[in-house]
Amino acid sequence: MLIWQVIKVAWRSILANKMRTALTMLGIIIGVAAIIAMLSLGEGAKKQVMESISRFGTNQLKVRPGAARLGHVRTGSVENLTMDDAEAIKREVPGIRSISPSVGSTGQLKYANRNATSLITGTTPLFMEINNFPVAEGRFFDETDIKLMKRVAAIGTTVRKDLFEDGPAIGEEIKIEGQTFTVIGIMSMKGQTPWFDPDDQVFIPVSTYMRRLYNQDFLNDINIQVESYEEIPDVKKGIERVLRARHRIPEGVESDFSIRDFSEMIATMQKTSQTFSILLSGIAAVSLLVGGIGVMNIMLVSVTERTREIGIRMAVGARRSDILRQFLIEALVITVSGGLIGIALGVGLGASISYFGDWETVITPSSIALGFFFSVLIGLIFGIYPARKASLLDPIEALRYE
Amino acid sequence: MIELTSITKKYMMGSSEVDVLKGVDLKIESGEFVSIMGPSGSGKSTLMNIIGCLDRPTGGSYILNGTRVDEMDEEALAKVRNTNIGFVFQTFNLLARESATENVELPLLYSGVKEPRALAVEALKEVGLGHRLGHRPNELSGGERQRVAIARAIVLNPSIILGDEPTGNLDSRTGAEIMDILKDLNAKGTTLVVVTHDPAIAAHSQRVINIMDGVITGRAG
Repeated sequence: MLIWQVIKVAWRSILANKMRTALTMLGIIIGVAAIIAMLSLGEGAKKQVMESISRFGTNQLKVRPGAARLGHVRTGSVENLTMDDAEAIKREVPGIRSISPSVGSTGQLKYANRNATSLITGTTPLFMEINNFPVAEGRFFDETDIKLMKRVAAIGTTVRKDLFEDGPAIGEEIKIEGQTFTVIGIMSMKGQTPWFDPDDQVFIPVSTYMRRLYNQDFLNDINIQVESYEEIPDVKKGIERVLRARHRIPEGVESDFSIRDFSEMIATMQKTSQTFSILLSGIAAVSLLVGGIGVMNIMLVSVTERTREIGIRMAVGARRSDILRQFLIEALVITVSGGLIGIALGVGLGASISYFGDWETVITPSSIALGFFFSVLIGLIFGIYPARKASLLDPIEALRYE
Repeated sequence: MIELTSITKKYMMGSSEVDVLKGVDLKIESGEFVSIMGPSGSGKSTLMNIIGCLDRPTGGSYILNGTRVDEMDEEALAKVRNTNIGFVFQTFNLLARESATENVELPLLYSGVKEPRALAVEALKEVGLGHRLGHRPNELSGGERQRVAIARAIVLNPSIILGDEPTGNLDSRTGAEIMDILKDLNAKGTTLVVVTHDPAIAAHSQRVINIMDGVITGRAG
């Protein structure tokens, strides 16, 4: 008997019992949908992590004044990180590619009759490279600007919009905290993060900030780019050693500064998505198991109901292998149909997770293939026993069955 | 040709063994029309099942068209049932969900014939059901159902047709029509073996075999 003829017979028997088959499929549908949703969530989390990596760079460190404490309560002086500290780190700690001290505070901006408040950041040209945050238009300030403490500024896209709307910005003069600065560049768009909007920033030379604008002699943070990701632990230790010595912190006393890197954040994100994946794969496993048992149950009922049919088929020449194949394919038609509906549902579920939740989801062909594979597998595992039972019926008794 | 020699059949009924057939010798030539008669429990159904290769004897030999079939495995027996034997049952035994044509196609699907539809339609026309091809069994009368069953039995040109009370569920007029069709087929050379307890049916046959308590008791015709 050809395979499509067997499928036709199977399909007809399924259509004869629509409600019962639909209920049986439900377990498979939920199970496969859970697999698809789980994988799309996992892929999405992976993609998000990868994006974060490329956005910030994993080999980036930030040294900040004040001890790291749970709940972000900083203790000790916050005015203890100096330019000399930054230079000492650069000189004494191996494995550092570039280093860029920065200072920052919220300040008033003014252009013509427009006012805005945004973050004023004083830094060095290396900041762009370390943070993977280049200028899109015009130029960033250079070492000469720093040496001469020039009043020049590169502005973020949000600032540009607030002050100039769509008008020209480069070459214009703006007031920062009452002092006149020339706009020399516009930064590329970085995109908002959950913590703050990096595009709502004005960058000025660190020397201008510290001497001319605020007369401040401490740094807010030191951005460091490490040679490679693997060296982060060593570099962190080195910075710790140098700064503790410079700040004369005795053994056993907590540091008055903290070193942060993005690997922690990435690890947290990965852990969250992993927890969710485990939960969903639990749902998938349980509902596939229960669904499979349901398929087996309904197939056993079907074999009993159709005992006479099996007898007739055997009398006209069906071999036991033909009967086995017919019922196995019928189980497969149920699980694969359920699987296909489950795949559609899972894709929809993934889409709604990213729509309503703040999670990114990605449907890959391999996750669809896996969902399909599982529906076939469940059909085979739970279909074989009823099919075998059907094939082992005695034709004479089967023909007599009422 | 059917040649049964010292055929025995034992069944286990609980813990006790029951001898259903106790040494049956029977020879049916090709093209014969034979009736098997006997009361219930005489063993005639068992004998019929063995002839039809649905069951295997416990002892003795069965040669069908020159081949030992009692020693065949189940796969080979399925093939013999498929191509050499056509069954016509008292209760028709049609598949309720399938049309007349699809029911007749059934043996063709298992034999792997390339164009089953054409052969099935031809067989249905032969039994006078050319106008009922797409009807399901529940849309047909008893006589029409039995004609579908006969079309299914002859579609692969078997050498033997086995009828198990083929007119048992039909009124006498329809029964006579069915017997006419079967006799027609016999006249064209098909061996016809009918199990019945109706002497009127047996009267159509060339030879009547009486069976009682698992042995053949007498022959007539």
